[in-house]
Amino acid sequence: MGDFFSALLDIFGSETMYGSAVRLGGFLAFAALGELVAEKAGTINISVEGSLLAGAFAGTVGYHLTESSLVGLAAGVFGGVLIALIQANMSHRLTADQFVVGLTANVLVLGLAGFFNAIIDPLARRTMVVEIPGLVDIPLIGPALFGQTWPTYLLYPLIPLTWWLLYRTRWGLEVRAVGENPQASDVSGIDVNKRRRQAIVYGGILAGLGGAFLVLGQVGTFDTAAVGGRGFIAIAAVYFGGWTLGGTLLGCLVFGFADAFRLTVPVLGYQFNAQMLAALPYVLTIVVMVAITKQMRQPKALAQPFIRGLR
Amino acid sequence: MSTTDTRPAESRQPFLDERWRTRSEMALLYAASIFGALGLSALMVAMTGNSWQKVFGALLDGAFLAPGRWGNTLTVAMPMLLVALGTVVAVRAGLFNIGQEGQLLMGAMLMAVVGTKMEGPGVLLLIGGMIMGAVAGGAFAGISAVMRYRRGVPEVISTLLMVFVALQLTGFAVITEWFLRDNDPNRPQRAQTSAALDADTHLPEIHIFGNSFSLGVIIAVALAVVVAFVLARTVWGFRFRVLGHNPIVAQKIGIAATRTGSLALFVSGAFAGLAGAMMLVSGSSSYRFTPGFSTNIGWQGLLVALLARSRPIACIPMAVLFAALRTGSGFLASTGVDRKIVDVTQALLVLALLIPPAVAFIRERRRAVAIAAGDRV
Repeated sequence: MGDFFSALLDIFGSETMYGSAVRLGGFLAFAALGELVAEKAGTINISVEGSLLAGAFAGTVGYHLTESSLVGLAAGVFGGVLIALIQANMSHRLTADQFVVGLTANVLVLGLAGFFNAIIDPLARRTMVVEIPGLVDIPLIGPALFGQTWPTYLLYPLIPLTWWLLYRTRWGLEVRAVGENPQASDVSGIDVNKRRRQAIVYGGILAGLGGAFLVLGQVGTFDTAAVGGRGFIAIAAVYFGGWTLGGTLLGCLVFGFADAFRLTVPVLGYQFNAQMLAALPYVLTIVVMVAITKQMRQPKALAQPFIRGLR
Repeated sequence: MSTTDTRPAESRQPFLDERWRTRSEMALLYAASIFGALGLSALMVAMTGNSWQKVFGALLDGAFLAPGRWGNTLTVAMPMLLVALGTVVAVRAGLFNIGQEGQLLMGAMLMAVVGTKMEGPGVLLLIGGMIMGAVAGGAFAGISAVMRYRRGVPEVISTLLMVFVALQLTGFAVITEWFLRDNDPNRPQRAQTSAALDADTHLPEIHIFGNSFSLGVIIAVALAVVVAFVLARTVWGFRFRVLGHNPIVAQKIGIAATRTGSLALFVSGAFAGLAGAMMLVSGSSSYRFTPGFSTNIGWQGLLVALLARSRPIACIPMAVLFAALRTGSGFLASTGVDRKIVDVTQALLVLALLIPPAVAFIRERRRAVAIAAGDRV
């Protein structure tokens, strides 16, 4: 047992651990920030997984064609928004079931990405690491937070931006209103489904960026299994955070650590059941949701479609 | 047209026209949606410099026309139909179980445990294994039911996350000696699969017109009829439907949401588990349980249910259609088109077929709102 704890200490004391935690948590945070906005407006946007994958693939193709990471990231945003537009218009214009649409969109992206990946076979490369002078010298967390590839730093301004949008603009107020009480919002003259569509598209922008960041800022190659269900963990992170911005980010960090733990254990030479480690982030997500969901106050109209005159 | 209608022809005509117009417009909308989905797929094929006629021909050959293929297609359709039937039960009860891929794996794993680790007469093992598989799938979905009704975790997310747990659990099973790993020293890649099932635990095959398909196909079709009957004609089916249509009404007339909803989730998981068990005893992966055993059948079965718009009998042709696309895609290599095109076509079809009923619904609402506002009657 003593060995076990010293091993844990060793793992949690290593810079590799913090570096990977921020990388993985950062990737989740892109998706979770957008998902938070969509859920505040009342949609559980399952297609965030598809948006991430579309962003990753479009980003790879963008880089492949132009050799520019910036174009790659922009292409990633385009891919993410495309899927978000499908989700938004099908579920909040045509009033098809949001889960059915989201799930099908995910399957569609998986097929499209696989199909075009086989044809184009795009090559990507990881962008350069940019160290922020001064801040990078902080022990343990310094290199983790400020010694990453430059697309990582896009996340930092997005956090206050999302907060400002949600809590300090009229648009954000209306988004939160349609998620709490769509009938009252409708009577007040807010176009409920339009706000919901916009919230989903905002989520698509961020998820697309996150997907492109995954390829261009972390992995360096595209694989259809690259996202592998982590979009759903981003959804869980929003639940974890109780639909608050800070809590959501904390959730991303916790899940980032769980994933980093899995990667760090073999690097430091420890033996651990591989399947159990791989299942760890998902099991942790389930355990956390079981422990937390009931205590949190979710947006009242979450996952309920709005159709004027009904309910 | 009744003979008592004495109004002048001019005033009757618009009403009749309108009804016919709505109907023909709906038919047109359906046709346009399907053609749109297929057209987009054809366009993608054309973009890669291939002819869609050739691809269509290859799909048709691979699914039905080439010798022995349609039996193969039916055998693939069987688990999809079972998964879809389970999905239908859950959707009718207003629950969205999307973890069938994991539940199917659990079912297949339990079948493998019973078939390779237990002693007894083959028939008993076969039936016992299928029941155990169904129970395993149901119990796996039942975890999500408990999470939903005790702790408020949405079943959409929990069932989905459980898929990843199931993947790792079954991956663990086949590499662990005391669990499922094939310990036969003569087998080279023994680390990755279970032992093969004995011949007497295989599901019998039906040979007809030079094709052979699993007996499971008959069982699955029979179960489709059973599910249709239960949903339409029994008290439990009624409870499911009321709960799905309007939870408030369900509560008012004394339908326990927890019990009814949990049962619906259990049944839907049990169908997925049964699908996995029947896949194994029908010869999937040469009667061996492997880590990637489910090969997306769970996801595709889910899409089948969505395509059939949650009608059990409609699931039968839709399952055959999806299975045909799947088996047909095996023949695509000769045309040089990647078989992933089939996944795209499947998803596009589902998305396209969401459109017409949604449009019809919106129209109905508009009319209702207009009537409520007193515009016209």
